[in-house]
Amino acid sequence: MGGVNQDGVAVSFREVSRHYGAVKAVDGVSFDILDGEFFAMLGPSGSGKTTCLRLIAGFEQPTSGIVSIHGKDMAGVPPYDRDVNTVFQDYALFPHMNVLDNVAYGLMIRKVPAAERRRQAEEMLEMVALGGFGGRKPSQLSGGQRQRVALARALVNHPSVLLLDEPLGALDLKLREQMQVELKAIQRRVGITFVYVTHDQGEALSMSDRVAVFNQGRIEQMARPNELYENPATAFVAGFVGVSNLLAPAVAERLTGRKAHCSIRPEKIHLAAPGATAPANAMAVEGRVAAILYLGASTRYDVALDGGGEITVNVQNRDQHAEPAEGERVLLWWEARHLMQLAG
Amino acid sequence: MTSASLSNRTSTYLFNHPRLVLLLLLLPPLLWLGIIYLGSLFSLLAHSFFAIDDFTGKIVYDISLDNFVRLFSDANRAIILRTVLMASVVTIICGIMAFPLAYYVARYASGRVKALFYIAVMLPLWSNYLVRVYSWKLILAKEGVIHWLFEALGLGWLLNWILTLPVVAGSSLSTSYIGTALTFTYIWLPFMVLPIQASLERVPRSLLEASSDLGARPGETFRKVIFPLAVPGIAAGSIFTFSLTLGDYIIPQLIGSSRPFIGQAVYQLQGTAGDIPMAAAFAMVPILIMAIYLTIAKRMGAFDAL
Repeated sequence: MGGVNQDGVAVSFREVSRHYGAVKAVDGVSFDILDGEFFAMLGPSGSGKTTCLRLIAGFEQPTSGIVSIHGKDMAGVPPYDRDVNTVFQDYALFPHMNVLDNVAYGLMIRKVPAAERRRQAEEMLEMVALGGFGGRKPSQLSGGQRQRVALARALVNHPSVLLLDEPLGALDLKLREQMQVELKAIQRRVGITFVYVTHDQGEALSMSDRVAVFNQGRIEQMARPNELYENPATAFVAGFVGVSNLLAPAVAERLTGRKAHCSIRPEKIHLAAPGATAPANAMAVEGRVAAILYLGASTRYDVALDGGGEITVNVQNRDQHAEPAEGERVLLWWEARHLMQLAG
Repeated sequence: MTSASLSNRTSTYLFNHPRLVLLLLLLPPLLWLGIIYLGSLFSLLAHSFFAIDDFTGKIVYDISLDNFVRLFSDANRAIILRTVLMASVVTIICGIMAFPLAYYVARYASGRVKALFYIAVMLPLWSNYLVRVYSWKLILAKEGVIHWLFEALGLGWLLNWILTLPVVAGSSLSTSYIGTALTFTYIWLPFMVLPIQASLERVPRSLLEASSDLGARPGETFRKVIFPLAVPGIAAGSIFTFSLTLGDYIIPQLIGSSRPFIGQAVYQLQGTAGDIPMAAAFAMVPILIMAIYLTIAKRMGAFDAL
């Protein structure tokens, strides 16, 4: 059962590395995942997030460092002796078994009597809204349904930690959004620690309690979603999580007087007619509209700044605002606190 | 009208009539299968109901079941039983030998090792069948390398004791059923390895990880996931080894106790004895056995994972 540990830490990495020859897939990573937390590992492909997940599951062993689950060092402990279960990216449902036998597989291995495991598996199928599908083969299900079976097959064992490896990656957009809501709800209900690997920053932000952003085998930043978005620690995080205008030190110096990497979110910027007065405390700069992209809910303006540099502005299409045309001059302004200074 | 535009028009016409293309492609093989293959099979079946005139040796076209009754004489029953037992033993040995090899290649080998594997498995098929069988006759002979090896290791008494056992007894391996089985196994092994390897190749690694993740030890994962998914490959391989052994008439003639197998019976009946109808009846036996074999395999779900 997903018991609450005394120290409240479900999974802990201490200086963990996993090298494949010269490739450092994971490079000296340390972090704690708390009990009952929805923890996302976010990063581009090859950033080490999936390797970290596989280190927790036991499919990989660290080259150095310690991975522990609920305080127990997992060195040399095979996957079948770990109290964690995985939802695989390709679902990995057993094609020769029906849905019910797939879900009951873990219970069967633990020698739960047939009637009891059938009852539990059916109950779990009900929870993922697949009641009555037990007799079907995985090949007869849609992608979304397979995904739920994979989830049920893992959850039925009541692991202390559930690992999810890009579980929504193969689904279309609408289904993905629906599953995001459902996954979050299921996590609340069962209270199990979820460790969620994704390269989709939207998914990570919307579902997680905390997000670790991976890049090149290291963690760039670990924070709550809003903190990550509003206060990215590095240029990589600012660029990877949401859209950012990264300002080179030279451009930033012109605007702020400080020579440092800075970033500003496109939706924080106001667009005004040239010559208009910006509020006190605001930073302002003039430029010329280089491109306009109509995005439906918002419109994106790429503005070439006077004296070099380009800034993207996102304007919500709340009502019919005065739209500058391509090539027109505009004034951009934003509140000074929205300009973020980055570490690297 | 130039020839270029004619070929253009032909292409366009064929593009718009895909069923015609299909028909053109399938016509030669369908004719071959229909006339040459099924036709001769039917003719064979038909002949098994006729008989020869003992005096003239000519075929008498009167339908009777006499040939099939004769199949159940003691001598013929022994031939059938001997052949089926040999085919079963060869199939089982092939399965046991092929599986680990196929598993290793499907799971661990890659690139060059895999290419080497294919060459190693196929290589024997590139050399002459008779040459290979005679080579085995030499290997298995009293003066051959296996007898020599047992003597050299001081185990000659063991081999000699094995060769006194009932059924498999013989003066040397080359005159014992053991030799026959060994040679059959060698000759048919590729036909077992390749289908098993193909079926294992289709099992994604994530399935094994999922099983392990759900608490199954490697042995359980093998029994519950790997083996069931390999069964269609094993079934396909066993169809080859079983039916090829049932029909072979060279190996049991050259190696073994020289008691006849079905293939030899057919060979002698249609050749020396000139009894084509009886040969035809005998030839029906492997077909019937394979039909039963496939039915049982299907009943047991051997093809469910296909």
